[in-house]
Amino acid sequence: MYETILYDVMEGIATITLNRPEKFNAFTEKMHKEIIDALKQAGKSSDVRCLIITGTGKAFNAGQDLSDMQGVEVDFGEFLRKRYNPMIMQIRNTEKPVIAAVNGVAAGAGMSLALACDIRLVSEKAFFTNAFINIGLVPDSGGCYFLPRIVGIGKALELAMTGEKISAEEAYRIGLANKICSAENFEAEVKEYAARLAKLPTKSIGLIKRAMYKGVEMNLEETLEYEAYCQDIAGSTADHKEGVQAFLEKRSPVFTGK
Amino acid sequence: MGYDYIKAEREGAVGVIALNRPEVLNALNLQLIDELVTELERMDRDDSIRAIVLTGNERAFAAGADIGEMADEAAISMLLKDQFAVWDRIAGISKPILAAVSGFALGGGCELMMNCDIIIASETTKIGQPEIKLGVMPGAGGTQRLTKAVGKVKAMEMLLTGEPISADEALRYGLVNKVVPVEMYFHETMKLARKIAEQPPIAARLIKKSVLKAIDNPLSEGLDYERNCFYLLFASEDQKEGMRAFIEKRRPKFSGR
Repeated sequence: MYETILYDVMEGIATITLNRPEKFNAFTEKMHKEIIDALKQAGKSSDVRCLIITGTGKAFNAGQDLSDMQGVEVDFGEFLRKRYNPMIMQIRNTEKPVIAAVNGVAAGAGMSLALACDIRLVSEKAFFTNAFINIGLVPDSGGCYFLPRIVGIGKALELAMTGEKISAEEAYRIGLANKICSAENFEAEVKEYAARLAKLPTKSIGLIKRAMYKGVEMNLEETLEYEAYCQDIAGSTADHKEGVQAFLEKRSPVFTGK
Repeated sequence: MGYDYIKAEREGAVGVIALNRPEVLNALNLQLIDELVTELERMDRDDSIRAIVLTGNERAFAAGADIGEMADEAAISMLLKDQFAVWDRIAGISKPILAAVSGFALGGGCELMMNCDIIIASETTKIGQPEIKLGVMPGAGGTQRLTKAVGKVKAMEMLLTGEPISADEALRYGLVNKVVPVEMYFHETMKLARKIAEQPPIAARLIKKSVLKAIDNPLSEGLDYERNCFYLLFASEDQKEGMRAFIEKRRPKFSGR
């Protein structure tokens, strides 16, 4: 039902696969709409407890499809506000873990997309490049927000100013990648990781996401107060009860995400 | 009580009124406002109720007036009906009203919210006066109360564009008291309402009146009013009890007299 992406749900995991391999999965207007729609669907569905965003073919995502913009006068600001920013906000507002499975190059806004996800699993063959500067632009789609928060301001400035290629290994070293996966077994390793997340208390994971992203913008007092709210909410979930019960009964808990 | 569009209940000394037209995001029609004012006045007369909570649901506090009901009106029919006059009775309620707001508080919903004394908003709240998009303007206090709440320039922006603001922005402008996770907005409002319900009610009543005086009277008049209220409280049992308890270093037991 989508043209530029594939969407499937299996065993609690929704996978959004960017699917324009001949264009290195570069963004088009259609793709943005479809990604947002798929994110909303996955966010709402109680069958989904973990999301994966990945790409087909050799690339994860090469950023904006520049051929899509040739010869057109672009209002850059509006372009971002209409297309990219709602997609980034949708990832943030999805209160479930979102994994970027970076199968190949993630360049420009493609890198920003990966940064906006909660966890980055990176193929040993993949690499990142903050390519904006190479065409005289600045990181967008949250690039200026997430990058310094993930790798620290010093490294972030260097990567954004030079646009240099970041190998999987280097990405792991600086905390940009959570895990390096083998290229042959990439899909299986990603699925295994996602399956683990999909069995955890989803409501609480959503609250962790909410509180931590908020926390990077709040002071200690505000964060402590916010944690108290979240603990009130988490404390009333079925998964909390199950967790305590399982602990007392010395068995493994079976979480339902509720 | 047989209401069609609101639900009224009580929890201890707190009266709770929930707007209840979820299928139309709690659009405010004439009957709903009538029911609301009737119930507010009933709770105001009930001595055992000390604070009132007004709420909607998670998706909408109230998304505005019922447009269908208004679309075919003419100026004179509107004037004769004078449907917004009844709103003035909300401002006459003497007990503290707390709003528990989530989702849309737009148009009449925003105006209703601003009639409340304390406002707790969920993070998902959107507040605005979109009337201009329909070729009209607010008619139940929007231009007046919003301006007094957020100041001229922000009010102009909101009213002239019709675009809503987020809960966090509303907090920055002092339009709401507190922003909390959506799961907690009702709970937090009730917590605060119970705390206020424990206060001596005559003092609470005179404080509310005095604060409202500050909004549209010169300072000298307000100060004079406040001073007289302060003196008046010395006729209450709660003043005697409150001050005695303070001196005796114990918790006061207020009788409400």
